[in-house]
Amino acid sequence: MATSNVPDISNQRVAGAQMPGQTTSALVAYLLLGTAFGVVLTKSEVLSWFRIQEMFRFQSPRMYEIITSAVLVAALSVALIKRLKVRTVGGEPIAIPPKKLGYGVSYAVGGSIFGLGWALTGACPGPLFALVGNGVTVMAAAIVSALAGTWLYGVLRPRLPH
Amino acid sequence: MTFAAAVILSGPWPWYVAGPAIGLFVPALLIVGNALFGVSSSLRHMCAAVVPGKVGYFRYDWKKTGLWNVLFVVGILLGGFLAAHWGPQNVAIAEATRNDLAKLGIHDFSGLAPRELFRWSALLTLKGFVLVIVGGFLVGFGTAYAGGCTSGHAISGLADLQLPSSIAVVGFFAGGLLATYFLLPRLL
Repeated sequence: MATSNVPDISNQRVAGAQMPGQTTSALVAYLLLGTAFGVVLTKSEVLSWFRIQEMFRFQSPRMYEIITSAVLVAALSVALIKRLKVRTVGGEPIAIPPKKLGYGVSYAVGGSIFGLGWALTGACPGPLFALVGNGVTVMAAAIVSALAGTWLYGVLRPRLPH
Repeated sequence: MTFAAAVILSGPWPWYVAGPAIGLFVPALLIVGNALFGVSSSLRHMCAAVVPGKVGYFRYDWKKTGLWNVLFVVGILLGGFLAAHWGPQNVAIAEATRNDLAKLGIHDFSGLAPRELFRWSALLTLKGFVLVIVGGFLVGFGTAYAGGCTSGHAISGLADLQLPSSIAVVGFFAGGLLATYFLLPRLL
């Protein structure tokens, strides 16, 4: 960010040169994929406060099996995309920009702060939206509060260690 | 609805369907248009769209970089709405978890989250306020600081073997365990 003297080490894609495809058909595809993801979050039950408690109490392997198999499938897909030099539907080369490590403070501290919120609300950002759709409408208040949290981070960013 | 679709959509999915299904969103989004699977950036884009102010972090063309992400999140809400209309919503958690939560005073295990805590009228109680408002705030602040959440770091980042993401995921669990074993017993 031009106005900040802090090295831009998080969310660098926003400032990066590579932009997600923005044709109308691509935008429709993102909306449909989001809808599918909302169904998956619900049917997998990862959006449930009860399941998150079960996970943090290590009383069922279910969440760990889900996360591990999700990472494996994603890793295998990414490896195949790189190996086969798969391109986007629009014909562009696919590239995943590396996250900059910096001092690593933002990942450790920010991650821990998010973890606190994850256990309290029982939801990470995707599930917050899926829960509103599921009729747990009070999560709309959690989303507004999350927006306030993100906004405060934006304000404090130049003074926080990264 | 066909019979197959009815079977798929009625009950909760076993982990070996749910996990791979989540993982497939990474290649799907990359192939559609080089979009990196992640949800929390949408919060930043919404701030940039509505209240950028003079904050450098929010002064960029959100439509160019983030419209896809905002549409993805709108979809998530719609998907939740659709899924809620297929099949039951009770979550069969482990007996041990049920017992632990009962000791904390939770007795209604129907639905996706404890009904006595996650409803509008409970926002005015200390418990409801901390769980929903404080919790939501920490989710927004923490994911922005960490540059990603469960999807961006735990799935996309780990799948691409990125060290920063593994640090973030350790943080997710450190914070989650602290809240589960230290905060919740004092709050509930």
